[in-house]
Amino acid sequence: MAEGTEATREAWITGIGIVSTLGEGPDAHWQGLSAGQPRADETTYAPYVIHQIAPLDLDKQIPKKGDQRQMEPWQRIGTYAAGLALDSAGLKGNAELLARTDMIVAAGGGERDVAVDGAILSGLPKAAQPEVYLNERLMSDLRPTLFLAQLSNLLAGNISIVHGVTGSSRTFMGEEAAGVDAVRIALSRIAAGQSEIALVGGGYNADRPDLIMLYEFGGFNLRAPFAPVWKRGPKGGFALGSLGAFLVLENREHAQKRGAKPLARLTKVLSDRSPRRQPGQAADVLRKMWAGLDLKPGRHALISGASGAEPAASEERALIAEHPGLPVRAPATYVGTAMEPQFAMNIALAALAVSRGNLFPPGDDSGVERAMEGPLTQAVVTSVGHWRGEGLALVEAP
Amino acid sequence: MASTRDKAGRPIVVVTGRGIVTSLGAGKTDNWAKLTAGQSGVRNITRFPTEGLKTRFAGTVDFVPVEPYSTPALSEQLAAMAAEEAISESGIGSKGDFPGPLFLAVPPIEIEWPQRRELAGASGANDAVTYQDVLRAAATGRFAAMHPRFQFISVADHLADMFGTKGSPISLSTACASGATAIQLGVEAIRRGETDAALCIGTDGSVNPESLIRFSLLSALSTSNDAPQGAARPFAKNRDGFVMAEGAGALVLESMEGALARGAKILGVLEGCGEMADAFHRTRSSPDGKPIIGCIRNALADAGLTPDDIDHVNPHGTGTPENDKMEALGMTAVFGERAKTIPVSSNKSMIGHTLSAAGAVEAVISLLTLDHQRIPPTINYQVPDPSIPLDVVPNVARDAKVTHVISNSFGFGGQNVSLVMGREPA
Repeated sequence: MAEGTEATREAWITGIGIVSTLGEGPDAHWQGLSAGQPRADETTYAPYVIHQIAPLDLDKQIPKKGDQRQMEPWQRIGTYAAGLALDSAGLKGNAELLARTDMIVAAGGGERDVAVDGAILSGLPKAAQPEVYLNERLMSDLRPTLFLAQLSNLLAGNISIVHGVTGSSRTFMGEEAAGVDAVRIALSRIAAGQSEIALVGGGYNADRPDLIMLYEFGGFNLRAPFAPVWKRGPKGGFALGSLGAFLVLENREHAQKRGAKPLARLTKVLSDRSPRRQPGQAADVLRKMWAGLDLKPGRHALISGASGAEPAASEERALIAEHPGLPVRAPATYVGTAMEPQFAMNIALAALAVSRGNLFPPGDDSGVERAMEGPLTQAVVTSVGHWRGEGLALVEAP
Repeated sequence: MASTRDKAGRPIVVVTGRGIVTSLGAGKTDNWAKLTAGQSGVRNITRFPTEGLKTRFAGTVDFVPVEPYSTPALSEQLAAMAAEEAISESGIGSKGDFPGPLFLAVPPIEIEWPQRRELAGASGANDAVTYQDVLRAAATGRFAAMHPRFQFISVADHLADMFGTKGSPISLSTACASGATAIQLGVEAIRRGETDAALCIGTDGSVNPESLIRFSLLSALSTSNDAPQGAARPFAKNRDGFVMAEGAGALVLESMEGALARGAKILGVLEGCGEMADAFHRTRSSPDGKPIIGCIRNALADAGLTPDDIDHVNPHGTGTPENDKMEALGMTAVFGERAKTIPVSSNKSMIGHTLSAAGAVEAVISLLTLDHQRIPPTINYQVPDPSIPLDVVPNVARDAKVTHVISNSFGFGGQNVSLVMGREPA
């Protein structure tokens, strides 16, 4: 089919791979979201709050110890989630299909060697020639392979190696926006006939003091005590969360031909950039996107990307208030904020909800999240990044 | 009137603007003159002391001052210069109002040692410094400016502001193939009919101690410290690694239809893009060369061309023992007997390896090659490697008829991207 010349092709979500503090896989997440008892780690980086990943049996998705050793946690989490997604879509081990599967990973950078950093920072003030000292210590103390665990595109590289996905491999960087655009471009390519099947998502490790530091420059971290996303007060804050989330997106005909079933349809992904010079600009961008959606009254809900960071959360809250009765859920209350893979995670949770035909219970008593009785057929997924990154997706029952 | 659709019925994507910055200089004119004169931009590093390092030289861009230096700050400045030149040549849109999206290949961004030291100093810790201490300093709010500066999205965000590109700007990495991927994403967006124009940039200003040391520890860099300008020796038997370098390349891509409608001068055609990931190893190519071969063939197929149509290759040609051997093997498989006679010239012999920028920088040079019908040389080629039977355009530029060029970019993590560019719409 020629690209850009024919009608838009439908895309199905035929695979989901998710891991977070709630556990691994759709059932664990559904149970966790339904239990109504969000938990977080308030001690490891006190006073800052994070969400640790649930224990993973890495051997199940990354069978070679050598591969596990070559990765740092963010890559292991991501590679693990990618494996779950491929399993769920029935692709695992199908070399012919994997060689045609396109991949877009949304990624940040990798872990630092915290001990090496600390030792060098301690020694620098005492060194006669600090720059030379830095050179010498880095040359002798950095593990040569650590670089490969830090490079942004090496999550994709590891997925190619471990799972054999080789159709194409692209990595988008740029926090929340990268996560939205990865899904948007993967969907656009399928819709236009440039791609038949794609693996898209990412992995995030929140158990990293360097990242907490990066966000503490801007005062974005939630301080204990933990509170749900909508109840974090005027200063707000996010709790970084370790998680991995991958989706398998597939052209409908392609899926039908191989007998794959849809979990949901991904009918729209939009992104835009607000310079956020004036209050309310981020919400304006979202409002414009929302206006173009074809929503069924009483049968849709919002899976919000709100992280708790301000003023983003308040702006989204104001937008929500324009839709009285709209059932809203902010999964970050449970799984935390994971930047790049957040959007894929929220699309996965939206897909679960529409495939089950109902929404999980509210995660707080803020009044923003309300119970939803009726059948659910559509879920709007938003992203309002903590600094940049506005996006929106529409996930519909198959 | 010429058709504005290609053989596959897709919108033809043309180039209407090109911009380049390398260690040789800023702009097409300066770069082209020096490239065709066989000059090297590689030099001893002066940005920071190099005592204790195994490699003490690089293709740094020292004539663009940014204070304080950081990878994102210099990368942003280089990208802005290249984009300015490309947009100005293209004449598209108006100042600060580019009518299309931005695709930016940019190095991964992280807090660097000067910032870490500043924080450690501000923390008041007087003996063993830990992240607990720097976190305390971060929490004072005195370093608020570091948050946006070290967000991955910051470089693209600032460029989007500067040039008024539309929509969410995309920052990407496919390691050393990034620049080519940025162009590929632009081509695809135009073919999908989403936009009539795209600004595609590859940039890299990451010569800092830790980045250099990381490559050094992987034994990827040349250590020819005695003669930096002769250190990058692609395809030569005595090649001993690549030379880290900085630069930026920018292209304005447009649908041919859009370019003709506004009377723009068409400077070349982006005929095809190909990619194939390699699942063999994190830093090494599959020994059978299949992914490289598949990548080149995919690009040719996408362009609707055969190997016989290609009359010049702008290779990845890093000068590492491994890359050049594998790339030669790939070309021999794709081009057969012709592989020995197609001019294959590595720009990296002169400008070093501009990493995230390389695919875009070399696309600009490929387009200049098409334009001038002259091929820059592979310099430092004194000792031929009998196992690499290619015509590398040794040491001296050459006039040649060049109609279609293929530019290869390969990267760590199994990344392979090839672009096919032509002189005129088919």
